[in-house]
Amino acid sequence: MSDETKHAILNPTRRRALTMMALAGASGLIMPGLLGRDRAFAATPPAKPTGQMIVGFSQEPTVFNPHLLHIEVDEGIHFSVFDPLFAIDPDGKFIPALAVEVPSVENGGISADGLSWKVKLRDDVKWHDGTPFTAEDVKFTLELMVDPDFRSWRKTGHELVRELTVVSPTEITWKMDKPFAPYPSILASTFIVPKHVLGAEKDKNTAPFNNAPIGTGPFKWVERVAGDHITLEANADYFGDGPYLERIIYKYIPDLTVLYTQFKTGDIDVAGLQWITPDHYEEAKVLEGKTVIVVPGSTVESVTFNMERPQFKDLAVRQALYHALDKATIIEALYYGLPTPTESYMPQQSFYANPDLPKHEYDPEKAKKVLDDAGWVPGEDGIRAKDGIKLSFSNSTTAGNHIREQVQQFMQQSFKDIGVEMTISNLPPAVMWGEYWTSSQFDSVVVGLDFLTGADPDTSDYFKSTSIVAKGGSGQNTWQYVNPEVDKLLTEGGQIFVPEERKKIYLKIQEIMRTDLPFLPIFQYATVRGYKKGAEGIAYNVNVRIDSWNPGSWYWSS
Amino acid sequence: MLRYLLGRLWQSLILLVLVSMIGFAVLNLAPGGPLSQYALTPGMTQETLDRIAEQMGLNRPLPIQYLDWLWHLLQGDWGRSYRDSQPVLGIITGHLFATLLLMGSSTVLSIAVGTWVGIKGATKRYSIFDYSATVGAMVALSIPTFWFGLVAIYVFSLELKWLPAGNMYTIGNGSISDYAIHLIMPTVVLALVNVAVWSRYMRTATLDVINQDFVRTAKAKGLSERRVLMKHVIGNALLPMITLAGLQLPTILGGALVTETVFTWPGMGRLFLDSLGYNDYPVVMGLLMFSAILVLFGSLIADLLVAFVDPRIRLS
Repeated sequence: MSDETKHAILNPTRRRALTMMALAGASGLIMPGLLGRDRAFAATPPAKPTGQMIVGFSQEPTVFNPHLLHIEVDEGIHFSVFDPLFAIDPDGKFIPALAVEVPSVENGGISADGLSWKVKLRDDVKWHDGTPFTAEDVKFTLELMVDPDFRSWRKTGHELVRELTVVSPTEITWKMDKPFAPYPSILASTFIVPKHVLGAEKDKNTAPFNNAPIGTGPFKWVERVAGDHITLEANADYFGDGPYLERIIYKYIPDLTVLYTQFKTGDIDVAGLQWITPDHYEEAKVLEGKTVIVVPGSTVESVTFNMERPQFKDLAVRQALYHALDKATIIEALYYGLPTPTESYMPQQSFYANPDLPKHEYDPEKAKKVLDDAGWVPGEDGIRAKDGIKLSFSNSTTAGNHIREQVQQFMQQSFKDIGVEMTISNLPPAVMWGEYWTSSQFDSVVVGLDFLTGADPDTSDYFKSTSIVAKGGSGQNTWQYVNPEVDKLLTEGGQIFVPEERKKIYLKIQEIMRTDLPFLPIFQYATVRGYKKGAEGIAYNVNVRIDSWNPGSWYWSS
Repeated sequence: MLRYLLGRLWQSLILLVLVSMIGFAVLNLAPGGPLSQYALTPGMTQETLDRIAEQMGLNRPLPIQYLDWLWHLLQGDWGRSYRDSQPVLGIITGHLFATLLLMGSSTVLSIAVGTWVGIKGATKRYSIFDYSATVGAMVALSIPTFWFGLVAIYVFSLELKWLPAGNMYTIGNGSISDYAIHLIMPTVVLALVNVAVWSRYMRTATLDVINQDFVRTAKAKGLSERRVLMKHVIGNALLPMITLAGLQLPTILGGALVTETVFTWPGMGRLFLDSLGYNDYPVVMGLLMFSAILVLFGSLIADLLVAFVDPRIRLS
């Protein structure tokens, strides 16, 4: 299986089919009780919670209130302890959790103009301390997100919510200031927290709840041994069909080599976040008693340009550099062949991905010709120039990221061959991704970005002309990319709530980005994941940031 | 004596303030800051980061932030971690046990073995034992702990399957024997380097003493080799070791950065590295102050001890 998946990743024609197969096989275990039992060959989960699983993470989860500023590893715990109103499955579909059904225009949950929302809630859910869950908790959570005294990590979307009304304990309604299509995706990663616990706290930033969370999820908090592990135990009253494990333990293993060693020795059952390093893949995939597979992620690696630099204003330059970029060699030689080449910022597994974008051609001669035709001619030093502008620029990335540094050196050589000078100037992470990045102080950067919120295709934050920090805007348009047509399309797409209609718009945006090339897409990351044979229910989901997004469905086949 | 102690305390206090000022400045002047790591989070906006910086008081002038921190510290409040908003003092004490266990056992082991090797090497100078101890010490000092740790895990955990591959205990077990079996490998790996250091010091100290007149006198009195060694040589040679051991105190409680990482040992060394990595300034400052206090305290204890065991030295 693992070998095939790897092939699939390398082979664009078979890739989709096989990844979909892998995901579909796994997607049978999305939410307990819904699709949990339909795997033809799978073992069935035990009647009552049995055994434990240890998941290794290379970062330590420390933030357990899901609405405080946190990093992705923390979400590993959030998914175990809490539930959102509805969640997102590997195919990008929403599936009900605390809500009875996913609100949509079709079922009347969202009004046609996108301004009025109505969510019906389950009546059989209890918090881990036994208190019933009600619409008051939902109201409290949505209000907490915009509480000025609370260090909320995300207000986007929530700040548009008005007139939150608890109609009954199982129904809540609200109005939106304006239609905002990404809101369902934001809600799918907004975990509901208990009003009766957190509501009375004076300082919600330092409340005891934040270090001993009480949720509705499949697992209850037991303890955290700082610097070592977190233990959770089965929630026997879970409203879904799980959990099937007595305990789940998240173990912090700071070093990736050691994480892999402990995976080999069986000290951990699942190699979690940061996973198995690519250089161990060849060895790992033949390990006895382990399932090791390559899983695509949503992060896209690109060479990113600062479009305000005179060299990069000319489209011909960006096109020529793309032709000079030997993507296949970078992927094969430096990334062990694991990632998938891509033409878009959109993950290829997404419903909104555009499969018909022109394929990249590596052709240095063509690159030279494009530059010649555009009037960039080599000077005495062999470096091209036009109108007094030298085709020379710096490239930056995180210092100490060895593979990226090798990619840069390789690019430097490739570009030199077509008469373009690229210097390398790398910075420590804190400097690199500080103002240098956010305020577009760079010439060009090699960066891996995750453009989407969950599975939502909206990228206004990245591509709108109002999202340029260097020009007083707000967002992450560090390219300083300005295209009125894209602005218009993004605004339109952000107001449509029917996926099929939205799709057309985002296909078009991807086409424009592929033509304009403010960044050269190199590949979509893929990572090597592994777990002990006999562990069932582990499904990889490109729409979330963490593997343990469905721990309620995990079990040991006996 | 009291005068001496008060003097030392006063000096220590000034030193601590200086250390804290320099530490605070260096941490905060380094570019980036505690929130920079969140910049690439999908959906993160600059406003959100600015708002949170404001809420956390990170945009106040640096001297104000420092004085605020110092004022709270003087009241016994070490601040709260930027990461999990736990009190810093609680975080530090929470990691203390793991480090004490590992560093304590490895220090005892390395001092015991190191002293023995050092004395034996000095008394049997230029013997095969002495040469091999010297070479062994050089090799041990040259091998990075990291590499040695990984090799040990490979041999004893993966190949021979005798010992667990790291961790302080098996989750859910935690009996004394479980701790003990997990303790063996990191202790030995860590002790290896320290044995080398201690044996070199002890060898030199012993050689110094062996060539002194009073040793010759003792021998001339007709005392046996063994008695001379036990009664006159070792006692005197151990004196400089007390000072060394005193200075070792902060290292013992400060933890071992590398060993704790390789063996996933949840101690102070890991805490320090992680806190630095996440720009968790309150915890880093807490650890800095903690180890500064230990350095000063350790050397004071050592001085007092030396004065106590060596009647020739009087504190004044």
